[in-house]
Amino acid sequence: MSADRPLVARPTAVRSDVAPTEREVKIDVAKLNFYYGAKRALEDITVQLHSNLVTACIGPSGCGKSTFLRTLNRMNDVIPGTRVEGRVQVAGRDIYGDGVDVVELRRRVGMVFQKSNPFPKSIFDNVAYGLRLNRMVSSRNELHDRVEASLRSAALWEEVKDRLHDSALALSGGQQQRLCIARALAIQPDVLLMDEPASALDPIATQRIEELIYQLKNDYTIVIVTHNMQQAARVSDVTAFFWLGKLIESDRTDVIFTNPREKLTEDYVTGRFG
Amino acid sequence: MTATTWRKLKSSLFVGFCAGSVLIALVPLAFILFFVVKEGVQALNLDFFIRMPKPVGEAGGGMAMAIVGTLMVAGLGSLFAIPVGILSGVYISEYAGSRLSSLVRFAADTLNGVPSIVIGVFVYTIAVLPVKHFSALAGGLALGIMMIPIIARTTEELLLLVPSAMREGALALGATRGKAMFTVILPAALPGIITGVVLALARIAGETAPLLFTAFNNRFFSTSLTQPISSLTVQVYTYAISPYADWHRQAWAGALVLVTIVLLCSLLARLATRRLEHMQAR
Repeated sequence: MSADRPLVARPTAVRSDVAPTEREVKIDVAKLNFYYGAKRALEDITVQLHSNLVTACIGPSGCGKSTFLRTLNRMNDVIPGTRVEGRVQVAGRDIYGDGVDVVELRRRVGMVFQKSNPFPKSIFDNVAYGLRLNRMVSSRNELHDRVEASLRSAALWEEVKDRLHDSALALSGGQQQRLCIARALAIQPDVLLMDEPASALDPIATQRIEELIYQLKNDYTIVIVTHNMQQAARVSDVTAFFWLGKLIESDRTDVIFTNPREKLTEDYVTGRFG
Repeated sequence: MTATTWRKLKSSLFVGFCAGSVLIALVPLAFILFFVVKEGVQALNLDFFIRMPKPVGEAGGGMAMAIVGTLMVAGLGSLFAIPVGILSGVYISEYAGSRLSSLVRFAADTLNGVPSIVIGVFVYTIAVLPVKHFSALAGGLALGIMMIPIIARTTEELLLLVPSAMREGALALGATRGKAMFTVILPAALPGIITGVVLALARIAGETAPLLFTAFNNRFFSTSLTQPISSLTVQVYTYAISPYADWHRQAWAGALVLVTIVLLCSLLARLATRRLEHMQAR
């Protein structure tokens, strides 16, 4: 197998013709500050993320990109001693306001983690988990249909349809991650957050996840954190560059990678530091 | 002597010490098992399991009431201790770091260290004195109190071993904290928790002291919860200190049956644990 020939044709230049700003604003973040105890991990983040686009968050380790992602579905709430200031609106609603139902928020804002975390249950039960939990289906048939549809959306159905009741832990790493994506899609979120979803996978499994992201953006607003700049260039429409807890700049991905406004961004994307 | 030979010698010496220590640890177990089996099988026959004790001087008879009694008090203890122990373990792990959680953990460790005779006397004052008679229920309560800290601490340790990614995965799908615990984290830890419960069971099945003050003993076959009930341990104790050779033989047989019950429990739990793990990982 020659090294320079791609194994499968990959979607190159995933870029929309529509400029980001012409789309509906799905996530509106204003003056967001985040603290772990006394340490400020995010500083005055203001950014708008648009619907049906893939936004990539890049930056060196510890720059706050994962923290930022986790503020969008309040996953940081479970960490003791953390504090949030500022405003985050998802679909027009302030998610840190009074009387916000965090459970309902997390149903609408799905999340896929860096390390695949299937539950020690069957493949079917993993995907059905959120559906059952949120009482989103009324019959067994409907449950089965929704599980199948989710597995199809995550491009996993063909590989697992004959062993739906086997343990999810028997799947390969890449399959497990797609299962976690299927699990997140099953409850039909608006927004899908992905925290380095491919960093623990081999190149082929990574490519499948990237193809999947490309397909999913028709139906979802996707925010992805990645360490891999080629990946950000391949899958995203918009790229946000974080550095030391600050959002240095965010723009169309081609602009960030070819003609960024800030010197810091240019140094980072060209590999001069990081 | 070169440096290498000296190092090799030191290594061999150390391995030798380790092997010796293992031997010293295993010898008592081997002797106990050997004598229990050797002496026990002599008096062991079908009658032992299905017959009641004969009066002194008559040969034969069995310990049917003690076998049933042991199973009953151990069962009652489990019935009481398993839910309380597991839920305490859930509390300690879920609120780890809070002051009450540390207090509960400390209390569990202290309770675990309380001599069993003291627990017997305690249950005697709260469950025997007020009703003025010994009962199987009081025996079960005493054994249950001994099981709670073991189960609680095992549960806590196993729950903390479940990766936090599992919890986050459930929360991200809209689970509440309680739902995440009871639908994902606890099931993930279940195989280990079962092992812990059985270890606790094995530990209390051999207790004599707390039963002397609570279940006491009963020469007659009884399954009543409110009546005194016999148990293998108390029966073995009574027979072993008696002056009759025939009773001594019976005591050995009782000890053998007790050891076998504990062994069977461990084996069953092993099997159940492996089944569960297999189901989760296949």
